This record gives sequence, structure tokens and C-alpha cells, in this order.
Amino acid sequence: MNMAIRVFLLLLIILSSTYPTLCIYEDQVGHLDWHQQYIGKVKHAVFHTQKAARKRVIVSTEENVVASLDLRRGEIFWRHVLGPNDVIDAIDIALGKYVITLSSGGTILRAWNLPDGQMMWESTLSGSTPSKSFLSIPTNLKIGKDDVVFVYGSGCLYAVASIDGEVIWKKELTSEGGNIQQLIYPDGTDIIYAVGLVGLAQFDAYQINVKTGELLKHSSMVFPAGFSGDLSFITSDIAMTLDSTGSVLVAVHFQVGAISFHQTHVSELGRDFSGAAVMLPTKLPGMFALEINKSIVFIKVTNEGKLEVVDTLGRSTAVSESLYLSEGQQVFGLVQQGYGKIILTVKLGNDWRSNLLQETIQMDYHRGIAHKVFINTYARMDSSNGFRALIVMEDHSLFLLQQGEIVWSREDGLASITDVIASELPVEKDGVSVAKVEHNLFEWLKGHLLKLKGTLMIATPDDIAAIQKMRLQSTEKSKMTRDHNGFRKLLIVLTRAGKLFALHTGDGRIVWSLLLDSLRKSETCQNPRGLSLHQWQDPHHHVLDENPSVLVAGRCDLSIDSPGVLSIVDTYTGQERNRMRPAHSITRVIPLPFTDSVEQRLHLLLDVNLQAHLYPRTTEALDIFLRELGNIYWYSADVDRGILKGHAVQNNCILEIADSYCFDTRDLWSIVLPSESEKIVATATRNLNEAVHTQAKVTSDQEVMYKYISKNLLFLATVAPKAVGPIGSVTPEESWLVVYVIDTVTGRILHRMTHHGSQGPVQAVFSENWVVYHYFNLKAHRYEISVIEIYDQSRLDNKDILKLLLGKHNLTSPITAYSRPEVITKSQSYFFTHSVKTLAVTSTAKGITSKQLLLGTIGDQVLALDKRFLDPRRTINPTQAEKEEGIIPLTDSLPIIPQSYVTHALKVEGLRGITTVPAKLESTTLVFAYGVDLFFSRLAPSRTYDSLTEDFSYALLLITIVALVTAIFVTWIWSEKKELQEKWR
Amino acid sequence: MGGVPCNHTLIFLSLILFILPSALAISSENVEGYSINGRVKFPGSVIGPGLPPKISDVKVILNGGQRVTFLRPDGYFSFHNVPAGTHLIEVAAIGYFFSPVRVDVSARNPGKVQAALTENRRVLSELVLEPLREEQYYEIREPFSIMSIVKSPMGLMVGFMVIVMFLMPKLVDAEEMKRAQEEMRNQGTPSLANFLGGAQRTS
Repeated sequence: MNMAIRVFLLLLIILSSTYPTLCIYEDQVGHLDWHQQYIGKVKHAVFHTQKAARKRVIVSTEENVVASLDLRRGEIFWRHVLGPNDVIDAIDIALGKYVITLSSGGTILRAWNLPDGQMMWESTLSGSTPSKSFLSIPTNLKIGKDDVVFVYGSGCLYAVASIDGEVIWKKELTSEGGNIQQLIYPDGTDIIYAVGLVGLAQFDAYQINVKTGELLKHSSMVFPAGFSGDLSFITSDIAMTLDSTGSVLVAVHFQVGAISFHQTHVSELGRDFSGAAVMLPTKLPGMFALEINKSIVFIKVTNEGKLEVVDTLGRSTAVSESLYLSEGQQVFGLVQQGYGKIILTVKLGNDWRSNLLQETIQMDYHRGIAHKVFINTYARMDSSNGFRALIVMEDHSLFLLQQGEIVWSREDGLASITDVIASELPVEKDGVSVAKVEHNLFEWLKGHLLKLKGTLMIATPDDIAAIQKMRLQSTEKSKMTRDHNGFRKLLIVLTRAGKLFALHTGDGRIVWSLLLDSLRKSETCQNPRGLSLHQWQDPHHHVLDENPSVLVAGRCDLSIDSPGVLSIVDTYTGQERNRMRPAHSITRVIPLPFTDSVEQRLHLLLDVNLQAHLYPRTTEALDIFLRELGNIYWYSADVDRGILKGHAVQNNCILEIADSYCFDTRDLWSIVLPSESEKIVATATRNLNEAVHTQAKVTSDQEVMYKYISKNLLFLATVAPKAVGPIGSVTPEESWLVVYVIDTVTGRILHRMTHHGSQGPVQAVFSENWVVYHYFNLKAHRYEISVIEIYDQSRLDNKDILKLLLGKHNLTSPITAYSRPEVITKSQSYFFTHSVKTLAVTSTAKGITSKQLLLGTIGDQVLALDKRFLDPRRTINPTQAEKEEGIIPLTDSLPIIPQSYVTHALKVEGLRGITTVPAKLESTTLVFAYGVDLFFSRLAPSRTYDSLTEDFSYALLLITIVALVTAIFVTWIWSEKKELQEKWR
Repeated sequence: MGGVPCNHTLIFLSLILFILPSALAISSENVEGYSINGRVKFPGSVIGPGLPPKISDVKVILNGGQRVTFLRPDGYFSFHNVPAGTHLIEVAAIGYFFSPVRVDVSARNPGKVQAALTENRRVLSELVLEPLREEQYYEIREPFSIMSIVKSPMGLMVGFMVIVMFLMPKLVDAEEMKRAQEEMRNQGTPSLANFLGGAQRTS
């Protein structure tokens, strides 16, 4: 028996000595996780189809992505995400093999190899005056032997050799407020013309020697009435623009040397043209477009300089740039909107009436209107010209149309997610189950035998492929019903385009999508944008007859005081259930911890006038709210003035129209930070839904430490005003970081600590009774991560059993946020190698499982780090008892274990946020990381202790049982035989 | 992916940069700031074609994302218009662990490189960044071996049984065994058949 215990102990030691990393095997990729790559809303597109084996289209997007897409299938050949400040101004193709990008306001020019996306050269074009910028690549123009790229940016014109990026010449053209808008290359001369506007009222034309950059001639002319908007170039010597009132069209003739203006009143064009017109940025042959009276007017300029209206179309028309055909003709494309369809028209430049092509394509209403169209031509079998069109829709999705059909589409709206919320799937009802028919026992066993072969590494490549296929196609994980473990959920995401998507956590597919009408541009809402998503209704008791829903809050314009918009969307069906246009603005949405009888959550919406509005607007909600009025607190942080305030609800608003759902607020407390020494850079609060399992922590020496767990804690970080900028802009002596832990009910500062010689950016996450934050230490010139843990001292007496028996404990005393408990804080700092973009923490259903921090690193990976590494009780030499408790010896820096990268060998390009959702299974948490790419995975911070892993080999278990049973019978037979022999003896 | 026609330019470019030895330096350009030029080198990489294919996906990041640049085919990178001060350069490359580098750009003596790895405080004489180690993101499957089976819970179960069956009797004294057997015989033999039969009856 002794020996058995020893063997058992040995076994335990072997099992427990394994390090708790999340390691996965390479063949498990895509099994628990999915990864989707996007590019964002396309701004520019250049086709590369001539003489190319692989036809592709080069695009640049609003997410600062430059990418090469396969024109046949829409897949990404290569893609580069530039820095967050490196906005792409223009792209083009030079030499037939380099993609040229101009970015950062015309200061950075890069060339990328067309086949593989390798950067070939990079030039920095430094100028002094900020201006608009453009890129122009002339065909058949060489300086010396070099092909050349012309760049205008920062008030200077540059000629850059396209082979190696050398600046051949640079010419400063305009002073403050000037913008060159076009370069014109007359054939057969060494002269280029650069024309543009200076200030608001002057037209300038420059003649420049191509070879040297020498300015040959500069002519300018002032237009006293002033210009508005940009120039639209009609021919090589006529440009159109509008005067400052928008009611007079000005034709600028700038033939060699002379500039002249010809004015035409907009109302002369037709009777129904009145009001201010806006010049649209089009590049059409001999034509320009104006927006008047919510419609687009196309105006042709005849050879004699007369203006002639050719057509008037609806405002939702997208126009492409003109395209040169081989015969010297120019064509352009138009996309018009119909209900549930779009009409693509391709017209010849000089003949409006006839269409080269007109196609009607069915298009989902939830894609909105077409925003951009790019056309390209190909030679048909009968050597006529065929056309394909790349269309960018309102929801940022991308389509390729050819021969009246959608060849491919990309959901690139998902590259700009602003908020995420998880929602449950419907409960599986009896009778509608589709499960349990796909497997019979034999197949089940076969699958497990294959898996066993895989684990024993005796599988052939064919077997491995079969295993992979089996794993990826497991129908179990992508079913549309709830599962026991809570792994299957819907991720409701809100994108910048104002579209809601529901993604299935099993395989990442889009279950439904909805373009919210309330977040679309309209008369009353000029620049709508979504703010946040909130759980509106999450039925538990009425789970079979009520569908869950989410609240989408948004505002109409960029300014904070613009009116808000609210929508309630059913998460099962994806239908908008209710839409509200409140008259007030929305600065913040506070979900309250109360629900009404149909389990709708109460929400408090704050406006700029510090009034609070209660939703839903029902008397029942109002009753609940009035009952709990005294328990509702919130805080506000005024970053500009450095003031922190606590608020509570006072009484009904005094308005002209009585509104019983509107409340005035009062200030409870305020903390004014000295503006000369501290500036708020980060705040963090606990997630309201977080579950905490235990209030106490038993240390190795049998001491009990009570966690100070309050939902009203706020972490605040401030830095010296000088240190707000990036690293390198401040010395350690004049920089400091101050962190606070503040109770938001009383305004009491529980903890304050100064990190001298440190600066932001600060990323912080608050969970249970601890906060972890990441900042930069200038003295060591390394990043640091610090942890603060808060413990409640006032409950320490409770562990005295004698007192408990005598009833002299304070366990029954009510816990109130107004009490001022004695707290102690413990803190420790560690070095960390990488910059961190975002911080998150795992969350589980009951809060029993130990926590892991999720660090979104600068390399766009997500690293999981055990909270045990961030334990302020770590010491250099922990005692035996402390080691048993799980305290790791103190090291100065935090370890980076490559196997604990959640994203393994993948990158979530442009990472912006990480969301964790608890699964029903206590050990497991769902992680969703989003940026330009999306990544989803399941994490088990302490391994899956409550279920068998999906890799568990049932076959091996069966084999073992069979082996043991046979062994029993064999030994039985042996012993029988032996007994018989004994008896015969 | 690397197209054949571009190889010539690769060689051409690398030759140019070979000839220019002063490429690794902080050089002053104009009043606005200075330039940081450097190079990322992967183990076993040679100048010219035949580089690891990952090089096009490597990013070089200045000051925690303030600026991002990419590597040229020969591994060189540069940041222009950087103000004087102490900066941080990070290299993001999947599969490799790079230490961030502290770079001092001094206004007093431009042209001098002052760079040090922040992880191990090693001073770099020139700005050539090499990975400290390769990163293996996946657990490597152990090749099939008897030990792996023996170590698995099932194997341990079987092993334990084997120990009990074959080793335990040996540990017990032979004399004692005989005595026990005799005792058993006196009490009647509780054979396995009876035992199993009994179990079946009760269940």
C-alpha cells in the first residue's frame, strides 16, 4: 500500500511539474481559433492587368493599408499596414513593376515590388509648408535615362527617379496656403506646367524645365471674388472652379503665358439650378460635375468654351475616373442606385448619349449606396472592349463586377470595428435538433483511431490531412444553437460604417448584418457615427419567448453636443426592433444593474448639459429607477482641465415640456489635479460583469488577506504635461507618472504613487482587487508593467474564532460604499520588452480560474501572461511555503514565452482591442482580438481542468480498458491453472 | 513569389549600398532633425537575393508606434527628421525575438551612433539589429516512443497493474506467502470466479 501511495505521488509530481503555458501544436491551428484578414475601405485602386500573368488590383485604404488583390478571386497577394499616422495620399504603378505610395501628407514616398510586396526604396521628401499632395507618373517622360515620378507635397515639387527613389530635383513653388493641383505635360517639349490656387483668390501657373527643375515662367492672376473648392481640369489648358459663394462658375484659361477668367452664373445653366453649388472631384474628359440641389449635374465644356448641361443624376451616383482605351478614346463609369440593385454604366467621354455598357446587378439593400467605382478594361474574344468595375459600397465592402455579375466580394467593413459585444445563441428546442445524425459509432471510432495515430506520430500525411479536415469541418462548432460549454456565441460588432455584424464564434462566419438606417448619412444627420454597443435585453427567465437585443448608441455629428441616435437590434434575427431619435446629445451610456419584468436593462444616458435620461422609457423602469435613486453614482473625467467629478441623480429636469425620464444631476465631490504638473492620460475601471469567486486570499503562513472588491474603483494615471508626447521628446528629470486608485462614490483617494522618470502611453486594466498598467521608464529606457493590489484591513479581525463565537465580529455589519475601510496596497514593477497597444484580462464564468493578462504587443500579436508573474508578493528567494503557494521567484523582467502567444504565428494587423467573454465552462474564456484583422480563440488559463480536451484519445482509453480486461482474464486463467497444479501435487 | 526580373535590381541596389560604407550612421540632414539609418540582419542571411522570405513583412517601429518603416531588400532601414533625444527602436518580425534598441541622437556631435540593446545592455558599435533568438510558437509533437505511452495516464495505469501483479508477490516473503495460502485453503478458496460472480449478482 505504501508503494502505491508513493507511485501515486510520483505520478502527481510528474503531472504538476508541467509548466502552465497555453501551447498548441501546429496541426491544431484553425481548430479552436479563426483568423480573418481585411484591408478596410478602399480609397484608391490601380489595376494591373496588362501583360501580367496574374491579374491584380492594387488598393490603398482608410486603414493605411496598401494591398495587392487577386483580380480573379479577391484574395490578398500581399498587404502592408503602414503606421497609424502614415495616411496614404496616393498610389500608382511605375515602371510596370513598382507600386508607388505617397503618404504622411506627401512626405514619404515608397516603392513596393509588385509581385511580392517587398519594399524596394523609400524617400523622405521634406518640405516646410504643409499643403495638399499628389503623385503623378507621366508615361514616356524621362530625365536622362531615368523614368521619373513627380510628387507635389509640402509646397514643393519633386522629380524622383522611379528606379531607386533618388530625388533628381526639388523646386519650392508655393508659399503658405498654396496648393498645386495639376501637372500638365505638353507633348514633345521639355516643359511641364504646374497649376494651382494660392490662398483663396489667386490662380498660379508655373512653367518648369523637366530636366533641371528650373522655373522658366511664373504667372498668376487674382480673382477678386475668391474661389471655393478645387479646380476641375477639363482640357490641358482649361480648368473650372466656383467662386466663394458657389453660385458663379469660373472657367480659367491658362494657355501659354496668359491667364483669363470667364464667369458663368450657375442659374444660367438651367432654370431649376439655384442655391450654392459644390464642385465634385472628378476627372472626366471635357466635362465636370457639380452638386446642386441634392443632385449631380454633369456639364460639358464645348470647344468654344460654352457650358452645356448633359445630364442630371441623383446624389447617390458614383463616378469613376476616366480610362484611356487603346484607340485614344476615353471612357468612364457611373454607378446609379436602385432599390436592391445598382446600375453600372460605362460611357464614352465624348458621347454622353450612348452607353458602351449598361448592367443591372442585384445588390443587398444593407450594403447601402455605392461610394466609389473604379473601372478597368479587358479585350473580349471578339477584340472589343469589355469592362470590369471595382465598387466600394457604403458599408465599406468591395465588389468586382464583370459581365453583369459579382465576381467576388470582400466584407472590408470588418476592418474598422469600433465596439464588440457577445450575445447568446438560441436554445436548442426539441424536435428541431439536427445533431446526432452525422455520426455512427463506426465513424466515430475511426475518427478517434486517426487522432490516436496523430498523437503517436505514426500517421501518414494522408491521415494528417484527414485529421485536419475532420477538425475544421466539425459541424458541432458552427451550429446555430447554444452548447453546454458556452463556446458557441454570437459576436455582435459595430463598424465605423454604421453596420452591425453578427459573427459566429465557431468559424467566424457572418450570421447576419444590418446597415443601421439611423447611422446613415441623411438630411438631419450629416456625419453620423456609432459610439458603443450595450446589452439591452438578455433574457434568462423568458429565454424561449424573448430574443436578446443590443442597444446601439451613436451621434449625428462629430461634435459632442450633436443629437444622439439609438437603435435596438434583435440579435437572433438581426432586425431593428426599435429606433429612437432623442433630442438630447449622448456623452455617455451607463448600464444600470437593474432590469424590468421583461429583463430589459435600465440605461442612463448622459448629455452635455449634465442631464441624465432614463431608458427604456416605461413607467415600470421609472418605478425601479426611483426606488434605487440613492444608489446610483458615476464619475466624469475632464481630461482638458484635469478635473475628476463624482455625480449622482438629483431630481427631474426643469424643462419646457415636462419629461419624467429626464433628471438633473448634482456633483458629489471633485478632485482638481494641478494642471502645471499633471495631465490625465489613462483611466481604467472594473468590468461590471466580472465575477469574483473568493473575497479572501489565504497566504502560506495561514494568514487571511481580504481583497478590497468594489465596483466603484477607478484607476487614473497622469503624467507631467511635458511628457505627453512620444518617447524621446522629454528627459527623465522632467517627466513623471502619477497613478491613483480612487473610490468613485466618495471621491476618496485610496492610493497614490509617483513613478519618477516615467512617461506614457499608459495602458491599464482593472480586475478584482488589482490593477496592472504598462508605461515607459525613461531612466532604464525600457517599458515597465506595474501591479497594485488592494486589500481590506478592516475585516482582518474576523478571523479570530473566539470573537466569531462570541458574536463580536463585524461580518453582519452592512457593507456600504460610504464606509471608509482601512485598505493597504501592495505594489511591484517589472520590466517588459515590448510596447503594448492594448491590455485585457481573461474572464471566466465564476471567477475561480486564475487570470491571465492579454497583452496586444506592438508587433500585433497577443501574448498571454499569467497573473502569477504580476504578484506583488514575489520575492527573490521565496520560502518553501511560498513556493508551494505558487509564488514565483522575483525577476526584474517578465518572461516572454513564445508558446504563450495566443495568436501563435499569426498577426492581427492593426490591432486595436481585445475582448474576453466567459464561456459557460469555468476553465475557459473566449478571446476576440480585432484591428484590421480579426482573431478569435479559446483560452484556458489553468488548462481545461473541468473537461477532457478535444484531443483526448478515446481510442487509447478503450484500448487500455480492453487490455486491462484481457489481462484480468489471462491472469485468472493462469491462476486457475496454477491452482489446479497445486491441487494435483 | 520573388519575380525573376527584379533580381537584377536587387543585386544592383545591394552593390550601391556596399559601396557606401557610411550608411550606418546618424547623419544630420537639415535643421528639422536627424536621420537614423540601420540594418536588420537575420542569422544566415547573405546580402542580395536568397534572403529569408519574411523580410518583406518585417516592420521597424520608432518610439512605440510613432513611426513605422519597412526593410529594403538588403535589410536596411532609415528614419528621417528625427529630433535629438533618446529614442527606442523595435523590430517586429514573426518568428524572431528582437530586443528593443535605445538610440541616442545627439545634437552636439551629429554622425555618432549611440545604440544599446535594452534587454541585455549590450552596446552596439553600429546599428545592426540581430534577433536574440528564434521564437517557436508551437509545441513540437514528441516523436512516437514507448516512453510517451508509458508516461500517459493509460500507460501508468497498465504499468501500475503490472507492478502489482508481478512485483508485489516477489516483495512478499515466500514463507509468508505459503502461510497465507494455507490459511486461505483452510477458509475455502475465494477464486476470481466467485468474486466476479458475486459482483454480477450484486449489480
